[in-house]
Amino acid sequence: MSDATGTTTPERPTDLPAQSPPVSKAGTEAAAHRETPRSGLSFWKGDSGEGARRNLGLIAVLVVLVIIGIATRPDLYGDSNWVWNNFLTILKLASVVGVVTVGMTFVIIGGGIDLSVGAIVALSGVWATTLATQSFGAGGMIFTALVVGLGVGLVNGLLISYGKLVPFIATLAMLVAARGLAAEISQKQTQVSNNSTINGIASTNVLGIPLLVYILAAVVIAGWVLLNRTTFGRRTVAVGGNPEAARLAGINVKRHTVMLYALSGVCCGIAAIMLTSQATSAQAAMANLYELDAIAAAIIGGTLLSGGRGTIVGSLLGVIIFSTITNLFAINGLTTEAQNMVKGGIIVAAVLVQQVQFRSVTGFLKRNKATTA
Amino acid sequence: MTQQSRDMSRRRLLFGTAALGAGALLAGCTSNEAEPTAAQTKAAETGGNAEPGKRVTIGFSAPAADHGWIAAITNNAKAQAGAYSDVEFKTVEAGADAAAQRAALSTLLSQKPDVIVLLPHDGKELNAFGLEAMKAGIPVVNLDRAFPDARAYRTQIKGDNYGMGVAAATYIIAQLQAKGVSNPIIGEIPGIDSLELTQERSKGFADTLAASGFKVANRRPAEFTADSGQQAATGLLQALPKIDAIWNHDDDQGIGVLAAVNQSGRKEFFMVGGAGSKKAMEDIQADNTVLKATVTYSPSMASSAISLARLIGQGKGMSDLVELQVPKEIVLASETITKENAGDYLKLGF
Repeated sequence: MSDATGTTTPERPTDLPAQSPPVSKAGTEAAAHRETPRSGLSFWKGDSGEGARRNLGLIAVLVVLVIIGIATRPDLYGDSNWVWNNFLTILKLASVVGVVTVGMTFVIIGGGIDLSVGAIVALSGVWATTLATQSFGAGGMIFTALVVGLGVGLVNGLLISYGKLVPFIATLAMLVAARGLAAEISQKQTQVSNNSTINGIASTNVLGIPLLVYILAAVVIAGWVLLNRTTFGRRTVAVGGNPEAARLAGINVKRHTVMLYALSGVCCGIAAIMLTSQATSAQAAMANLYELDAIAAAIIGGTLLSGGRGTIVGSLLGVIIFSTITNLFAINGLTTEAQNMVKGGIIVAAVLVQQVQFRSVTGFLKRNKATTA
Repeated sequence: MTQQSRDMSRRRLLFGTAALGAGALLAGCTSNEAEPTAAQTKAAETGGNAEPGKRVTIGFSAPAADHGWIAAITNNAKAQAGAYSDVEFKTVEAGADAAAQRAALSTLLSQKPDVIVLLPHDGKELNAFGLEAMKAGIPVVNLDRAFPDARAYRTQIKGDNYGMGVAAATYIIAQLQAKGVSNPIIGEIPGIDSLELTQERSKGFADTLAASGFKVANRRPAEFTADSGQQAATGLLQALPKIDAIWNHDDDQGIGVLAAVNQSGRKEFFMVGGAGSKKAMEDIQADNTVLKATVTYSPSMASSAISLARLIGQGKGMSDLVELQVPKEIVLASETITKENAGDYLKLGF
């Protein structure tokens, strides 16, 4: 595939088939990785031993939060029906941000950032519900949300790859513009969805588990497979870890970057349908600050903000920790201000832990290399 | 879409990006109807004050926000000005924050209108502008967000936030006492908690409940949007396995609150809304949800502000009052809309 802008450094003329890269290319591509490729690790461990340890730590945090919940509201936790219901509520609360976070994780691992996710969710939702009033039906609404999400993601990616804008700036601009367009399309009104199929998604249970949770699970599994079991995933890590090495390894870095933002956009489109269904309406101001929630969850989950490292399962645990905290504060009647302070503290703590771990791991590797050499 | 609304859209597109961000500051609620109904303005009748008089140029500024209540404010003001043959209406968009609104207003001031009507982003932040305009001899009518300095305005007309809380609590107390509930569990879903207007609403609610020996069991603030309302309500329902009554401050976020209630299958309680959107009134009238009442905070105050500004410009008083000039301050009453009177109020819904 040729480079559309014809930039000075020529890239490899053809991008070889994803399934069977020639040996030499696979070798260089692997060399571009910061970490050794995974082999036969279980699902939840993600792609490295370090990620696995971190995920164990996140699960420990979750356990502590649940214990605090039990200790502070023994009356509620004494009712097993309530406990099961509450578990599902936490997952439901995590579902929309969770889907957005999966896309965000890919973008950050690929060395970028997407500040426009909340705005894309709003624009997709508003566009879909505006269509609904023109009776295009549930299929039309879902299609619209996905296409709008994909389209905005593509614009982000093209601006960053070929327009050479810094991701922070490009997606910040999109944040402003997409919310503006959403306000324009919705005429600043809340667009109430009268479509019973769309509205029903949030209240439908399958085998006692909310449909929203299945959607989250499907996106998480798809994301995990994509990141850990495909060439696309390996390239994402390579591009984020060292774009120059990735380029020399024959990866079309620009095209890959566009695809990452498009992927994030599609996730936002899915989230928009989920959120519209939950709120039975869409509005230009919806999904406020989801970008921060998604970035925070990814960081807590161990995704390196500078790119090249991260796991989908870690991000999912990050989102669930946040929704568990929200739940914990709600059942104890504590203010959201206090809740935000705790969330901030957890983000800082997670990054501190990450830095310490990362330093010690790399330090250990260096020492190890020195002694074995 | 009609041709007219398409033209409107095109114009709004220009302001679309500027509209961002201000939403978080705003109170009120929305529905799908963008244009004001005839009942939200007052037709120019023959005789009395409505008789065409001296030409008055009214400058108007309200934040351009992605929130329906503000959209209704601007639409009502425009429509009311259009109803008078002797009023020239000059509007400037207020932009995204207080600084932008101050800049827009200074251009308005230089055009020397007879009266300025403005809904400030924050009365405290634009108090200085009010003083400047008044000093320049242009009377200022403050709409909804009071200036702290009495010299900064000729007249202010606003909604009664504290009174909204009082009205909601009064309705809830009456219902609970009629049912004989002695120790009720009451939930509250306010809007943006850091806003003064939200705090006033909550205070009116809590004070009135306390007078009857009741209190709020749990309150989860939202952000005046349906999706935040849905999430806040989900938390509230999870925290309180049994509820007697809920007051939700804003009918717009109430769409999400009702969705959460429906999704949970809970209906052991009743709910009171706030602001008086058309959808909320229709739900109350249909009586098939937990929403049984709403307390008003009507954007029709913008129409009244234009009428007052015209009278001030013409040096007239309000013909039903003895005073020869327009009063200094008008605070609307927060009215309670139930199934019984929803039919009367539906025309005021926005």
